[in-house]
Amino acid sequence: MTPAPYLMECREVSRKLDLPAETLLLDRVSFGLQNAEVMAILGPSGAGKSTLLRLLNRLDEPSGGSILLNGEDYRSLSPRSLRRRVGMIMQPAYLFPGTVRENVCFGPRQHGLTMSQEEIEELLEQVGLAGYLNRDVGTLSGGEAQRVAITRALANNPEILLLDEPTSALDEAAKQGVEALLESLIGKRGLACVWVTHDRAQAARMANSLLLLEGGQVKDFGPAAEVLRGRAGEALNA
Amino acid sequence: MLDLFFHSQLAKGAAECVAAALLSFAVMLLVKRRGVNLLGELPIAQLRGILQIVLVGAILTWMLRGPRWTSLLALAGMMLAAASIVRQRAKTIPRAFTLALSSIFVGAGSVLVVLILLGVIPLKAAMLVPVGSMVIAQTMNMQSIFLDRFRGEVTSHIGEIESALALGASPDAAVILYLRAAYRASLIPSIDNVRSLGIVWIPGIMAGMVLSGSSPIYAALYQFVVLTTIFSAAAFTCFVSSYLVNRRIFTANDQLLLRK
Repeated sequence: MTPAPYLMECREVSRKLDLPAETLLLDRVSFGLQNAEVMAILGPSGAGKSTLLRLLNRLDEPSGGSILLNGEDYRSLSPRSLRRRVGMIMQPAYLFPGTVRENVCFGPRQHGLTMSQEEIEELLEQVGLAGYLNRDVGTLSGGEAQRVAITRALANNPEILLLDEPTSALDEAAKQGVEALLESLIGKRGLACVWVTHDRAQAARMANSLLLLEGGQVKDFGPAAEVLRGRAGEALNA
Repeated sequence: MLDLFFHSQLAKGAAECVAAALLSFAVMLLVKRRGVNLLGELPIAQLRGILQIVLVGAILTWMLRGPRWTSLLALAGMMLAAASIVRQRAKTIPRAFTLALSSIFVGAGSVLVVLILLGVIPLKAAMLVPVGSMVIAQTMNMQSIFLDRFRGEVTSHIGEIESALALGASPDAAVILYLRAAYRASLIPSIDNVRSLGIVWIPGIMAGMVLSGSSPIYAALYQFVVLTTIFSAAAFTCFVSSYLVNRRIFTANDQLLLRK
């Protein structure tokens, strides 16, 4: 059997709302994401960036088209096992009340797995939160909370990480810290990522490929540098 | 004093109603001096109230003389009405009427059946309808509080719930904290009712039994039975609701339907 060309592939995916009025949020969006590739989704507010990300995690249902994971229609998987393989980090971090440990263990526990203290500590060390195991999440700063959210998603060992503007609510120092952390984690783990951002410079720094969205339609898709140099990419800068 | 003018029970009752209505009208005249005018609304509400309660009285008279199944019919009607009121409170929850009706039917119905089988509530219209109505009414109140609070909790924590789903949690696990908060909030008034029994209030059944010549101690014990029954029925109804409600607010693919 020939391996699938993409780890994740979107084919003509649309998302339409019927109520309160018929609205087309995404119009036949197609792209492919390869192993260890970071793809940025860039576009103005209301372009459909977060809507697309929610479809990839199946928090919403596509109205048309198909999404393939390793060549297999993701609807053939149970939503719970799909979400384990395709992790998602939101903005804000939306931590659950309790300790850092409880948050990190949450995902594996949903699948009947228990994490040892060493495993949790190792993960926390990777994200620069060594010693935070029993900290109450209510005492964390914005940057620390986002690192816990990243750790919580990584605890599931996902193949793909979806990032919904993970640094948009952070101050400059915390933003740089989280960006550097994600860059190192992605490199070390060979993770594929879909990174939603409205920050052109961040997309240029972090992404291999870039999907430019506007009004729910793909304006351009390809290697990040090329897209940013293209007409649509330049228009975004204007 | 009314005894001097009215000799039949019915005429005296009507005169008492007029006197009570005039008294409330006088109070409203007083309240109007503070700029709150309810003088137009009050007579309509009172007229509606008296017609409803007299109609219920007439139905009760018919049921007391009729076969037993008429009581069950009355209770079924009350359950339908209660479910319809709960639905209005929980409008944004899809298919809230069937959710409320099935919860009340299972919750209140099963507790009533157990107590009838144990002989605590005699299978007589004179007892079954008033006690059943109290059980159903309280069940309705608690379910309204439960669903309203749950809807509020869910819509204020959409981010946390979807984060949990995104980590592979089941809908049950994603909303468990908010279900618990809603369940606790719905039970508190009933627990307070039991706790304050006899100190803050003397409920109607006990007062009625004492007035009609029963031993006050037996009346007190029976009142406890009724209140505990109400609590069990209402708590069980909310328990059933807590299982059914998730099927209404999530799709088959574990996607949250409720929005702000």
